[in-house]
Amino acid sequence: MLEDVFRAEWGRVLAALVGMLSDIELAEEVAQEAFVTASERWPRDGVPANPAGWLIATARNRAIDRIRRDRKHAGKIEELRWLTGEPTEDAADEGTRFPDERLELIFTCCHPALAPESQVALTLRTLGGLSTEEIARGFLVPFETMSKRLTRAKHKIRDAGIPFEVPSDHLLPERLDAVLAVVYLIFNEGWGGGRVDLAAEAIRLGRALVELMPDESEALGLLALMLLNDSRRAARFAGGELVLLDDQDRSLWDEGQIIEGRGLLARALALQGNGPYVIQAAIADLHLEQPRDWREIALLYEVLFRLSGSPIVEMNRAVAVAEIDGPEAALEVLDRLPLEDYRYFHSTRADLLRRLGRNAEARVAYARALELAQTDPERRLLEGRIFELRPRSRADWDEFWTYTLNELKERVEREVGEDDDRGR
Amino acid sequence: MKYALLVYNREGMREAMSDEERRRFDAAVDEVLARPNVGPWVRLRDVESATTVRHGESGLFLTDGPFVDSKEYLAGFIVVDAANLDQALAVAAELEELRPGGAIEVRPMRD
Repeated sequence: MLEDVFRAEWGRVLAALVGMLSDIELAEEVAQEAFVTASERWPRDGVPANPAGWLIATARNRAIDRIRRDRKHAGKIEELRWLTGEPTEDAADEGTRFPDERLELIFTCCHPALAPESQVALTLRTLGGLSTEEIARGFLVPFETMSKRLTRAKHKIRDAGIPFEVPSDHLLPERLDAVLAVVYLIFNEGWGGGRVDLAAEAIRLGRALVELMPDESEALGLLALMLLNDSRRAARFAGGELVLLDDQDRSLWDEGQIIEGRGLLARALALQGNGPYVIQAAIADLHLEQPRDWREIALLYEVLFRLSGSPIVEMNRAVAVAEIDGPEAALEVLDRLPLEDYRYFHSTRADLLRRLGRNAEARVAYARALELAQTDPERRLLEGRIFELRPRSRADWDEFWTYTLNELKERVEREVGEDDDRGR
Repeated sequence: MKYALLVYNREGMREAMSDEERRRFDAAVDEVLARPNVGPWVRLRDVESATTVRHGESGLFLTDGPFVDSKEYLAGFIVVDAANLDQALAVAAELEELRPGGAIEVRPMRD
């Protein structure tokens, strides 16, 4: 229970201290000390009415002590407007409502002067309260690497003078995009495991953003998108095997998350939100219905493509096109896309080819997807597909050889052409 | 806080600009340099006129040309006194916007 309070308050406490001290490392140290003191006192004295206030006041007092003792911080005393005298008794400040500076903190952590992976790590550390070890594990990176990354980022903020503030209006749109991108990246690319559930962390961060910017439709859209995706988590695997959307057991979907996600989407639309996250949330919502409104889905992907220009969006649109105009039309869309290295491109193509009965080509596409697969369940699914399409009749084998020889011929011609170009 | 704006040009960049673009850029530079929070500034001659002193295994030796031989070369630098990084970046952006192909490195100066 205490653990929960700590997790909930860490970001808020740290933000307030960074605002006061302009030094993330110092803020972290004194915040840590305050939490330790709380873990000793609160079980004995009870959790205070304003836990954040208590923690911030306690940490601030520790900071005052430190700054007075440590000569290198001497210059800070003049800068610290809030320093009015001797450290007060912790309890006296209990009632103080310190302003919530989490927004300032998240914009600082996601400043474009920091490398994207640093933005991600710093956001998780400061707002999420995750340990360096947890973040390292979450992104499959050695502890040393993550530790250096965080230290360098904090020093960069200090040395280069990255301001602790919410960006001014003309900078806000692109800075907000960066913040949302960091949160969405954590949701998608962080691995779960053990005590670390990065998707859940991302949702927590998303909730904080919505709380801090309730009229920002893209923040609402992002949280909606994450909730709607996360709602299907329990149904995605059955006995360690991947289950695709159409085959999922809907009773395993999290109704609460779906209702909440839909509510957020409605709020975003009421605010005239029509940015990429709102649209993606709307698409995610449509995918939950049965039967699916493929025309609407295709239309939304088109709008999204106009905003983002991403070939992956086009690929997803092709899937919808297949349901409306058939697999041939969808293949035409796919074959224009530069997604050679994207595993889902090949598996999508393979599915379409299979539906058209072009088995030899489908097998090759599945094989390409398999080469690029990143998890065992994915691999097993693809291997299963390849096995289903194995040549079983004389006609199958003829088709296989014809196709394979054609592919080989084209490949040789291509390579000879390249060799000629290189003047060999 | 003082920041150094290290201005890098790309070979052929100025030649590729139209007269109008060059005029606009030069005017913007003049305007920036006249600001009270900007200065000193240094403009360097062409990179062909550079000589580099190096300390190798057998002592000091000279090479004809810049330290790093690349298509991008240091053209000069401008010192800007700004409240924070965003303000310094804003000045760099004002200049960089008017000349495609170059780069400006913004680095805080030591006291």
